[in-house]
Amino acid sequence: MTDISRNEWKEKVDICVIGAGHAGCEAALCSARLGFETVIFTVSIDSIAMMPCNPNIGGTSKGHLVRELDALGGEMGKNIDKTFIQSKMLNVSKGPAVHSLRAQADKSEYTRSMRRVLENQEHLTIKQAEIVKLLTDGEGSSKKVTGVVTNTGTTYMCDAVILCTGTYLKARCLCGESITYTGPSGLQAANSLSASLIENGIALRRFKTGTPARMDKRSIDFSKMEEQFGDERVVPFSFSTDPESVQKEQVSCYLTYTNEETHKIIRANLDRSPIYAGVIEGTGPRYCPSIEDKVVKFADKERHQVFIEPEGLYTNEMYVGGMSSSLPEDVQLKMYRTVPGLENCRIVRNAYAIEYDCLEPNQLLLSLETKNISGLFCAGQFNGSSGYEEAAAQGLMAGINASRKLKGLEPVILDRSEAYIGVLIDDLVTKENNEPYRMMTSRAEYRLLLRQDNADLRLRKIGHEVGLVSDEDYEKTVIKKRLIEEEIARLKGVIVGANKRVCDFLEENGSSPLHTGTSLAELLCRPELSYDLLAFLDPERPKLPYDVVEQVVTEIKYEGYILRQRQLVEKFKKVEKRRIPEDIDYDDILSLRIEARQKLKKFRPENVGQASRISGVTPADISVLLIYLSKESKNET
Amino acid sequence: MKSDTIAAIATALSDSGISIVRVSGEDAIKKINDIFVNKKGEHILDSVRSHTIHYGFIVSNGETVDEVMVSVMKAPNSFTREDVVEINCHGGVFVSKAVLSTVLSTGIRLAEPGEFTKRAFLNGRIDLSKAEAVMDLISAESKAGLTNSLRHLNGDLYNKIVDLRKAVLYEIAFIESALDDPEHISLEGYPEKLKSKVEDIKKETDALKDTFDRGKIIKEGIKTVILGKPNVGKSSLLNILTGYDRAIVTDVAGTTRDTIEERVSLGDVFLNLTDTAGIRESSDIVENIGVSRALKYADEADLILFIVDSSDEADEEDLKIYKHIEDKKKIVLLNKTDLSTSEERDRIRGMFSGNDDIIEISCTDRTGFDELKDKINNDFLSGRLRSDNELVITNLRQAEKLSEASESLKHVLDAISDGMPEDFYSIDLMNAYAAYGNIIGEEIDDDLANEIFSKFCMGK
Repeated sequence: MTDISRNEWKEKVDICVIGAGHAGCEAALCSARLGFETVIFTVSIDSIAMMPCNPNIGGTSKGHLVRELDALGGEMGKNIDKTFIQSKMLNVSKGPAVHSLRAQADKSEYTRSMRRVLENQEHLTIKQAEIVKLLTDGEGSSKKVTGVVTNTGTTYMCDAVILCTGTYLKARCLCGESITYTGPSGLQAANSLSASLIENGIALRRFKTGTPARMDKRSIDFSKMEEQFGDERVVPFSFSTDPESVQKEQVSCYLTYTNEETHKIIRANLDRSPIYAGVIEGTGPRYCPSIEDKVVKFADKERHQVFIEPEGLYTNEMYVGGMSSSLPEDVQLKMYRTVPGLENCRIVRNAYAIEYDCLEPNQLLLSLETKNISGLFCAGQFNGSSGYEEAAAQGLMAGINASRKLKGLEPVILDRSEAYIGVLIDDLVTKENNEPYRMMTSRAEYRLLLRQDNADLRLRKIGHEVGLVSDEDYEKTVIKKRLIEEEIARLKGVIVGANKRVCDFLEENGSSPLHTGTSLAELLCRPELSYDLLAFLDPERPKLPYDVVEQVVTEIKYEGYILRQRQLVEKFKKVEKRRIPEDIDYDDILSLRIEARQKLKKFRPENVGQASRISGVTPADISVLLIYLSKESKNET
Repeated sequence: MKSDTIAAIATALSDSGISIVRVSGEDAIKKINDIFVNKKGEHILDSVRSHTIHYGFIVSNGETVDEVMVSVMKAPNSFTREDVVEINCHGGVFVSKAVLSTVLSTGIRLAEPGEFTKRAFLNGRIDLSKAEAVMDLISAESKAGLTNSLRHLNGDLYNKIVDLRKAVLYEIAFIESALDDPEHISLEGYPEKLKSKVEDIKKETDALKDTFDRGKIIKEGIKTVILGKPNVGKSSLLNILTGYDRAIVTDVAGTTRDTIEERVSLGDVFLNLTDTAGIRESSDIVENIGVSRALKYADEADLILFIVDSSDEADEEDLKIYKHIEDKKKIVLLNKTDLSTSEERDRIRGMFSGNDDIIEISCTDRTGFDELKDKINNDFLSGRLRSDNELVITNLRQAEKLSEASESLKHVLDAISDGMPEDFYSIDLMNAYAAYGNIIGEEIDDDLANEIFSKFCMGK
């Protein structure tokens, strides 16, 4: 046992960020960039912005998060633009709202590059240390955070702490019967902080997640697999990246499938899976099921897809996407070797499941500050989310709001109609998620408005006001916005006559002829006509950048839908604006059902909209609540 | 929000054997305890167990008001989820009103119409469609209306809507899982499949929505006008109908001074009879102001009973009226069969179109009325309602929500035929899903995520 009590060294900074994963990096960069003396703690300097699971950034809805984070002034988008080795826009055959960018990262480059950014950031100090204790002052509602203590006994006094502990708190990794008490990839776990948090009245719970094996490239027969290429023309993540700078040679991924033989081996060995044997107590994510889960739950599926993805340019390690597992090593080898192309595979790192402590997020405000301890902010997987992008987005918001608190400003809270980030945080702190939370496009009610292509138009202004977006970058958005508006107005104003030349053109392109003069905008609404095609009828057309045209076309083609969603947003905003007093006594509202009352007391929602999204609170309960609130406000006046 | 204690007579005011006075609220037990004594003269209600019934008397200033049975149901296991006391007293308007006024004398407030139901709803005891059914029940007087209300209460509507919702949710979940995981789940060929499914769901929704008009007839009655030239027996018919089947007759003030609407229950439906008999008649019948007004009512009616005197030659006047109502839903009544021969009647029959419904009646002998009753009931209920057990929408809000759902489904079909991308389908499917949810008072919550994860295999 070590004794650290004789170390009396004390430092004073503004903000301490605990953990240097994707959440911690964004939080620390944000607060340092806003001028606050910041220290970021990590158990290993080499694990800054590490990607311990899949080797990619983005994907459906996650790509949206990265775009939004970038628009607000975050770093993830810029970093992946510098370090990707393959890039793809997903869902291009579908509507613009679900187009999603996903890039394969060179994992070690990604880490190195982010580390370089952190190391060169003014006001930011990187410290390799495990935090073992949270220091607080005051009791009850005046309790506030005052600092942290490292495992070597040094105290850092500060005004705000941002917890970004990821999967490290009391982590334990399981691979069949083998259990090790480490964080991901064998890194040191953080075993002391949980107790200090609990002492401070913070409720924790246990979650679980998993990762598949990594294989030696030389042992894989790619000829038996389908090669998957990147896009010919790459779109960068960051609005600040020059699109020309990301056009480069890309590497391929490969697709193969499991088969009945694979499934037989899994079924025969289920008793050796810690999850099925009951050894794991944490709750795992349903959207990212282990191969065991897939085989058991979807027994009628004859095969499951397996994606073989490179982990970087200078490594032979390949990620086996689709086959995460916590089965023991011998079963893993047997099962992987049934897959075409993997018959002779050698495993570099075994698949494993990891369990960790995380927060019951009903303790959080929408600003990501804890309700009970002033100055304590939380972000990332610690809040019960999953995924690098979800973590980074929260990290940025926690960084912004911790900084604003220190400046005495109101927090920035994005609502569900403004950003996926708003949906993410609202869902995290309002809903009872019994598994790590992953972003999905279906979770965003107004997704037609929250496109990845218009994140800058939605959020640059906020990023600029916060102080993370430069005047120059913001000016670009302002100009873009103006060009879009002007072009939409122009297309609506230019009328094409129903003459022979026009009608011939339309018929040639499979479109019905005109009987009367029609605007270019109306023609553009026809599914068979594109903006490019219409150039023939539009000699006066100004030369516009691609991203402007993209917005113009979307806004015109889907105008009806967009309008309907805007109307829904207006309705939504009304309820959202209806604030619930912090000191409301739900026991005083007798007509509330008991279940609803318990839930409302547990979550203490900040407004009526949030209350309505708590599971177990019915529309009838909301009516009761609204009646009560209107009575109360009458009593006051 | 504390709720005060309310009371009302819960049974219809009539000369039935038993009436029930219902009391609900925080003070229900305490206050009724003050006015109720058992055989031994003791006030015992504040110490009895929930769901027990007690014999005794309602007393006021030492006088016995009535001999009663009192049941006590404590919160939350009661209809309103509040403390409820029900006083079973003797029937009859006078006695039940006396018991009620004794109850009110303790400071309990008279309930507003439907207030018990409102509390049941607000306290989460019943869902919205059930609450509305109870409200309908309160006002439904005719038997068909009553049965329909009971079907809603039993949850038939609830179950039907749940089925439709489930079907819609499955499709949304499929689309969404494909959008979220395009590399695992493909939408190739899906729009065609979805089209036929959505068409089916829309058909069912529309059918349900279309029952609303019929539902309205059941609930509100059939607007009926008796027409005919003078002295063919209009008044006699009216008198017989109002007295028929021991009808519940309520007087509803008419829209003009000279008409009275009589509400008559005939078999399983109501007739709202506009009595045009009071309109002054003159020899110049078609020019006559009263008749033109009668004809105006006829234009607005759901049903016209057109009376002809079968013992007399049908003349110009009959034909003028007939011509006016040719396109309307009508039944021709050949009256005074006691005075005419079958040959005479056949001759008159020949004057009308073969499509007309013609029934022979005699107001004097009171014959032909069962046939008339069956005819009207068949036409307005089973004939158009397909079957007696069909679920019928009687509530405007529910009908509107069904229209909304149907409209959204139409958007989906349009989007499919326009070749819109698949993610647009789920926007409108989601709206339909929400509209169904509104009918039964349920919102979306996490249904979708659960459906996606349980039905489709996703992920890395």
